[in-house]
Amino acid sequence: MKLELRGITKRFGTLVANDHIDLVVEPGEIHCLLGENGAGKSTLMNVLYGIYKADEGEILLDDKVQNFAGPGDAMAAGIGMVHQHFMLIPVFTVAENVMLGHEPTHFGGSLDLAKARAKVREISDRFGFDVDPDAVVEDLPVGVQQRVEIIKALSRDAHVLVFDEPTAVLTPQETDELMLIMKQLKETGTSIVFITHKLREVREVADRITVVRLGKVVGEAKPTASNEELASMMVGRAVELTIEKGKAKLGDPALVVEKLSVIDPIGQLVVNNISFDVKAGEIVAIAGVQGNGQTELVEAIMGLQPRVRGGISLDGRQLVGRTVREILDAGVGFVPEDRNVDGLVSEFSIAENLMLDRANGAPFAKFGSIQLQTLSDFSTEKLSEFDIRAQGIGTLAGNLSGGNQQKVVLARELSRELHLLVAAQPTRGLDVGSVEFVHTRIVEARDAGVPVLVVSTELDEVVALADRIAVMYRGGIVGIVPGDTPRDVLGLMMAGEAPRGSGKAA
Amino acid sequence: MTTRKDSKVSKAEPEKKPAASSAAETQAAEPVEPQSGRWSNAVREILSGSAVMSVMAIVLSIIIGGILIAATDTQVQQTAGYFFSRPGDMLKAIWDSVSGAYSSLFQGSIYNFRRPGFVNGIKPLAETLTFATPLIAAGLGVALGFRAGLFNIGGRGQMLFGAAAAGWVAFSFDLPYGLHLLIALVAGVAAGGLWGGLAGFLKARTGAHEVITTIMLNYVAFYFVYWMLSTPGMLQAPGSNNPKTPAMKDTAILPNFFGPNFQLHFGFFIVIGATFFVWWLLNRSTLGFQFRAVGFNPNAAKTAGMNVNRMYFYVMIFSGALVGLAGVFQVLGTVTTGFSSGIDAGIGFDAITVALLGRSKPWGVFAAGLLFGAFKAGGFSMQASQGIPIDIVLVVQSMIVLFIAAPPLVRAVFRLPKPNPLAAANIAKLQGKKAVVTK
Repeated sequence: MKLELRGITKRFGTLVANDHIDLVVEPGEIHCLLGENGAGKSTLMNVLYGIYKADEGEILLDDKVQNFAGPGDAMAAGIGMVHQHFMLIPVFTVAENVMLGHEPTHFGGSLDLAKARAKVREISDRFGFDVDPDAVVEDLPVGVQQRVEIIKALSRDAHVLVFDEPTAVLTPQETDELMLIMKQLKETGTSIVFITHKLREVREVADRITVVRLGKVVGEAKPTASNEELASMMVGRAVELTIEKGKAKLGDPALVVEKLSVIDPIGQLVVNNISFDVKAGEIVAIAGVQGNGQTELVEAIMGLQPRVRGGISLDGRQLVGRTVREILDAGVGFVPEDRNVDGLVSEFSIAENLMLDRANGAPFAKFGSIQLQTLSDFSTEKLSEFDIRAQGIGTLAGNLSGGNQQKVVLARELSRELHLLVAAQPTRGLDVGSVEFVHTRIVEARDAGVPVLVVSTELDEVVALADRIAVMYRGGIVGIVPGDTPRDVLGLMMAGEAPRGSGKAA
Repeated sequence: MTTRKDSKVSKAEPEKKPAASSAAETQAAEPVEPQSGRWSNAVREILSGSAVMSVMAIVLSIIIGGILIAATDTQVQQTAGYFFSRPGDMLKAIWDSVSGAYSSLFQGSIYNFRRPGFVNGIKPLAETLTFATPLIAAGLGVALGFRAGLFNIGGRGQMLFGAAAAGWVAFSFDLPYGLHLLIALVAGVAAGGLWGGLAGFLKARTGAHEVITTIMLNYVAFYFVYWMLSTPGMLQAPGSNNPKTPAMKDTAILPNFFGPNFQLHFGFFIVIGATFFVWWLLNRSTLGFQFRAVGFNPNAAKTAGMNVNRMYFYVMIFSGALVGLAGVFQVLGTVTTGFSSGIDAGIGFDAITVALLGRSKPWGVFAAGLLFGAFKAGGFSMQASQGIPIDIVLVVQSMIVLFIAAPPLVRAVFRLPKPNPLAAANIAKLQGKKAVVTK
């Protein structure tokens, strides 16, 4: 089915989120919509899916003008959407989720589950999905859950499939599998709109690329375009994708983790007897697929895990058993992996967030009273130093884009005298420009002699930053390898295979 | 969100140990999990509304109150019988009943033109302030809890203990004027704080939900105070069989500020001070900063090194103390002739309403307390002069809360723009960019 958007304009108040956007997706084509966060990609797709009504412009399917009053109309017309955050009911089975909303029934209204199961099997077999219709969704890995979403869309005869940042939650392997699935779908004649800001994926799978910036189409590109070309189109200026990083000036081991084990609240061993160290002036990256104990390792270092065995020492001082406050006071800077949950209070202003973890003492508090002038001077300074784009220091953190939120967290943590920086997923969900900024700052901290521990599931990031890489798998460290280790070796390690000839494995 | 789930899925793979033995341990080690999302989201939604919404809710409920007044009026009912032959009669009857009701509400709560002289005319306002005083104090306590993400429903118990402690000091000691009052005041506030702090302690230590503990502590407090009231040698007046205390000694009574003509006592000025204190605590102090951080996002607060459990404990002490202050006002200001177990007069629960209407902001609570004080004062005169049941006033009060709890309804009625969270986020995002572009 051919999809055409003509002059779509969507305004929110005085703000133009989509400004006369034209887009043509041919049948059997994978069309990439590339753009930074906040460029208007999701707004455009919400217009297409009938969630928003366009102020101007029209949507055409096979050259017929459509009028969608809601997602139901869009679905009926053959448009399917795979959302970034899955719209599945976790306690239902795959078949139940797939039939949700258009349940086949027997006479009298009882559900025809067999029919739904058959449908799931049929689609699953057609594309080699390997999904059990009776599996409960919450028990499935994220990658499989996504396939359930795809099946759901296909079961409603979708001829145009929209993938909204589908790889954000996937492991590299799952991402590769998704790419295969997209190619298969394309061969059956399905048109695909693929929204992303990850350049590697775009070049691998796209037939055509449309770049959106600040609500406008800035141009089309071919998948053969280089990363630098695509990135500069997205951001509107030249972007450095690999950061300049001099040789590390190594000092003494500062953070020493010895035989560390962490037991989670359900009683499972999530970090299993690991040992490593981080030297002053060095970046050690913990690589690995999400959920292999990295989160718990970081929380153990920060004193956020109650049941920890083994030792964590910083400059010779034991950190295990100390409170979060004491660990922060020992000079540990922490960028949590989920800034909205752990890093920021979204209802607080930028200024309040900048003093969140040192509200207790000087310079922000005197006799239990907050020093507003000090805080406002400090915040104004950090706003410009860290290029936080907001109306002012009073802007609520929740109203900032992801990149600016992360800058607030970084500004807070890097403004203290640091003896260790722990950054978990520091660029998750950020656009290219912000990634560059965050990476530069992290390398600057290293060059200032601060030991840095970076945890990331993105291989690109690990390779870009690390002086040494420790790969975690099922709570243990598979091996610790130099920063220039080839990606395929790292990939194998992430799947649990120890590297050959590496003597440093823990 | 997905990341959490993600890790759970893969965590399930390694060795599965029987979790039963560790369950208790986990409970003890990690008592405070973030509030269940739906619950705190609902509270946040209610609290984050603007002052405009509060005013709209009041307007809307006054309109509905008017309809109810008209519908329950006998004159209106009679004229409705021949509405089609003489519609004017019914309209006049409606106008008479509604305007009469609300003008008597005004005259009963603010200024009575029918009384001779300014001093007599302004008496209703003094009455309003007297009713408002304990409401504001207790409302501040509940609001403080809200700001830290806690729902203090234990106002009744905290008031009863505050009243009992203050009353006991007030009638059983002989102390000089001023000092006696001060000690009674401190005793009452401390008792309320202790009772509130107990719920906070239980939450911090064991994770027991404060809604349940404060409700149950209400019963404990009520029956315990009742027992003391009916036990000779405790709070019971000597030589009496009634569950009632002796009268407060004059040295402990809050002085009437404007002379014997007015009921308004010094407590009103204390409550102005308390409002200012709560404002300072929340907006200017480090402790209040931590309260708010814990209330908005306990995870981030914990990650930032704050002791979330300790904050729950502290905030419940402050909350209980403020509600206890309301109890003190009752026994040392409003009813000084000795009190029984009904001394709380439902203020502990009305305080929740006041806090909600005031959006949990100190001066908002102050204003809401004044409004409710006016309803209380005016309600009596409505009943006396127009024969309108006091229940209608209570219906109006309850309607206000109902509308505050249902912001979309009020928005729909007044056709206010709907804040679409998705759109709002997008706008904010783009505005951030735009601001930079235009600079």
